Amino acid sequence: MNMTFKGTALAAALAVASALPMASPASAGTPKDMLIMAKNIDDLITLDPAEVFEFTGGEVIANVYDRVMMFEPENLSQLVGGVAESHTISDDGKTIVFTVRGGQTFHSGNAVTAADMAFSLRRVVKLKKTPSFIFTQFGWNKDNVDGLIKPLDAMRVSVTMAADFSPGLLLNALSAGVGSVVDMKEVLKHEKDGDLGYGWLKNHSAGSGPYSLQTWKANEIVSLQAHAGYRHGAPAMKRVVLRHVPENSAQRLMVEKGDADMARDLSPDQIRGLSGNRQISVGDYPKAALIYMATNNAHPILGKDKVRQAIRYVVDYKGMANSFLAGQYKIHQAFWPSGLWGSLEETPFKMDLAKAKALLAEAGHGGGFSIVIDTLKKSPYPEIAQSVQASLAKIGVKSQIILSEGKTLWPKYRARKHQLIVAQWSPDYVDPHSNADAFAHNPDNRMEAKLTGKLAWRTSWENSAINAMTEGAAKELDLVKREKLYLDLQRKVQMDGPFTVMFQKSEQVAARRNVKNFVSGANFDLVFYRTITK
Amino acid sequence: MSPDAANGSLDAAEQGEDPAPPSRVFRKFLSIIKHASSILLTFIGLTAITFIIGRVMPADPVLAIVGDRASQDVYDAVYLQLGLDKPLIQQYLIYLSDITRGDFGTSIMTTRPVLDDIIRFFPATLELATIATFFGVILGIPMGVLAAVNQGRLIDHVIRIIGLFGYSVPIFWLGMVALLVFYAALGWLPGPGRIEVYYDGIVEARSGIILIDSALQGEWEIFWNALHHLVLPSAMLATFALAYIARMTRSFMLDQLNQEYILTARVKGLSESAVIWRHAFRNVLVQLITIIGLTYASLLEGSVLTETIFAWPGIGQYITTSLFNADMNAVIGGTVVVGFCFVGINVLSDILYRIADPRARE
Repeated sequence: MNMTFKGTALAAALAVASALPMASPASAGTPKDMLIMAKNIDDLITLDPAEVFEFTGGEVIANVYDRVMMFEPENLSQLVGGVAESHTISDDGKTIVFTVRGGQTFHSGNAVTAADMAFSLRRVVKLKKTPSFIFTQFGWNKDNVDGLIKPLDAMRVSVTMAADFSPGLLLNALSAGVGSVVDMKEVLKHEKDGDLGYGWLKNHSAGSGPYSLQTWKANEIVSLQAHAGYRHGAPAMKRVVLRHVPENSAQRLMVEKGDADMARDLSPDQIRGLSGNRQISVGDYPKAALIYMATNNAHPILGKDKVRQAIRYVVDYKGMANSFLAGQYKIHQAFWPSGLWGSLEETPFKMDLAKAKALLAEAGHGGGFSIVIDTLKKSPYPEIAQSVQASLAKIGVKSQIILSEGKTLWPKYRARKHQLIVAQWSPDYVDPHSNADAFAHNPDNRMEAKLTGKLAWRTSWENSAINAMTEGAAKELDLVKREKLYLDLQRKVQMDGPFTVMFQKSEQVAARRNVKNFVSGANFDLVFYRTITK
Repeated sequence: MSPDAANGSLDAAEQGEDPAPPSRVFRKFLSIIKHASSILLTFIGLTAITFIIGRVMPADPVLAIVGDRASQDVYDAVYLQLGLDKPLIQQYLIYLSDITRGDFGTSIMTTRPVLDDIIRFFPATLELATIATFFGVILGIPMGVLAAVNQGRLIDHVIRIIGLFGYSVPIFWLGMVALLVFYAALGWLPGPGRIEVYYDGIVEARSGIILIDSALQGEWEIFWNALHHLVLPSAMLATFALAYIARMTRSFMLDQLNQEYILTARVKGLSESAVIWRHAFRNVLVQLITIIGLTYASLLEGSVLTETIFAWPGIGQYITTSLFNADMNAVIGGTVVVGFCFVGINVLSDILYRIADPRARE
């Protein structure tokens, strides 16, 4: 027996010894001219600027493509020319002639010309992918777009709207991802069956921005290479890597160890945990993403004005913002985010259960009722839903929470099958019309109209006066008047609409202390790597 | 089985003698046909069930592509493009005929053909699962034997506690603690990922297994880096494999050690190690092969939690993320590969049974 013990013990010991790692010094920091970000990139499904509509994709293409108009990191509040150096607006406000900035080159070395710009804008309309609505609202379609967007000579492009909109709105829309200018020659080289290079551009790049795409391995890595010929000069970081680290605790460890320069998805708890670490600095970047609740107006009880009012007084805005949302969300109650042109900063609602109860009684539901709250599975949505559930219970409303993945929740919302939903919204481009069109505009409330992209339609809420206000604001040429129209519109929707806007996101990024000048603007696709130094 | 023997029995039948029992070649042939058809049926069943689940679940594959803000006409165009307007059975038959041509469709998430994705993600899991099973076997079996032989003593208790720990501690927690200790605090091992970012793209992917590719191309620095990255995640999975294998080995061995033939062997004066290894252990081999095969197959399925914590781009994470994104081509493709692993390991186990147990050869 003793022999056997020794024999087996020896075998086991040998096996353990062979499993032991060789001494390996953990890496000490990343190279000086390389930026490594730990980030969850599993939402990345395309890098074609005519199609990108996801957070990570939007961020990547913002660094790969220059757009016709841009918000530059040096001054995020001012819209300036990007690929277009200047523009002139016709007297009727329908046509804008853009002059392409000279001396710009694509990553391929090709010069950026008017033909590239016209091709890029037409391509968005012709491919008709999800974000194409940003352009098609101007009356462009695959049949008329060649006539409405045309190069006048090598450096000038004329863009004419076929619908009645303010030219200011068009300029803002041209700063969205769909306004990216692609290298026509390079893209057409890879065209297959008339797809305008779509199959190729999904996972390649052909831009004139500060970085070119080196590699994208889904669920693993995105690697960008600096464009030496960039118009603002070559970026300091020669290589930027987005490394897919789905688990945020692992992200935290990596930034603490110096294996990542930045951790992008840390929770408020993890950020607090880093406060004593002198090697790490935490940056706060207000974002335009809003968390809101929407009631279904077709619901026999939730469709009543007083009940909707009551719900606005049920939410414990402060309680949530100061506890589990601290640092990452602040209270905001209008549909256009704070800090942007045209935003309404008033926050007229606070938790007032007595008032809510009285409003319910006025609506004839003082005895309470039962509803279903739908929301997303990922934090902080379940916590918000629970807080709302607890408050509702106090005024006699019983609620059941259903947590779902987005791909299950959105079909329900789009089919108007929800009762109360807690969801998020981010503008598609930096103009109040982007959100006004979603929250306030519903010109046809019939089921068969299927205006599924509009939140007002999804909630079966139609108000002709508010529709007219939304359309009027989009057409208004005078900027001062236009801003006032949006402020009024927001107040109206805030009081009468089926939405309870609650919070606005603030992104917290933990970075190594030597990482400087990272700029993350309000919109999801205004994140800049070219300014970063180490 | 020699060809002569087969001819012999044919001759006998031709000469009008009593019909001889079917020859061994024929029986073997029949058994191969039986095996092959059951494998084929398994795959058809697997694809059918996965396909149906994919189509009836509430997640919308169209929204996975167009996003929740798409206008209805964009949505409708993709709906038609995916062929979702056709009857379910027709969709399935189209899918099946594509698979037979090696076309698993394109993944929504990665924009690449599913087969290319599997070729990229599967080796990462294969690497991890193989190493974990290897250590699970070479540590787990001796531990199980040791515990059985020393039943009721301290060493048995210690091994049983280790087994219980490995089997019951959540791998998610264990993985985080391991990262915290060996990566963050001690700095002995690298953090998440298969390899340092600086090495990415240097080694050409031939097998997809970085250890093999880097060794073949003489990139030893990358080889060591990849090996170091493998230690923690494979140790996590090995803990689980080891616990299971040790527990089962102990229980199988205890069964055998209480048999009378063991007593006989001891009475005959055989050395204790001969009794244990040559007699008792030989008899648990077949059962062990089954256990090891199942462990390996379940690890090849991909351990989602381990892959998530260690940012390991394996098949488990691929299938799970695809499922959450309603990316059904990827889910079915991944499932077929996992099914293929199970079937393959079953076949391999069958062969090993025959080597380990003379009775199975008949």
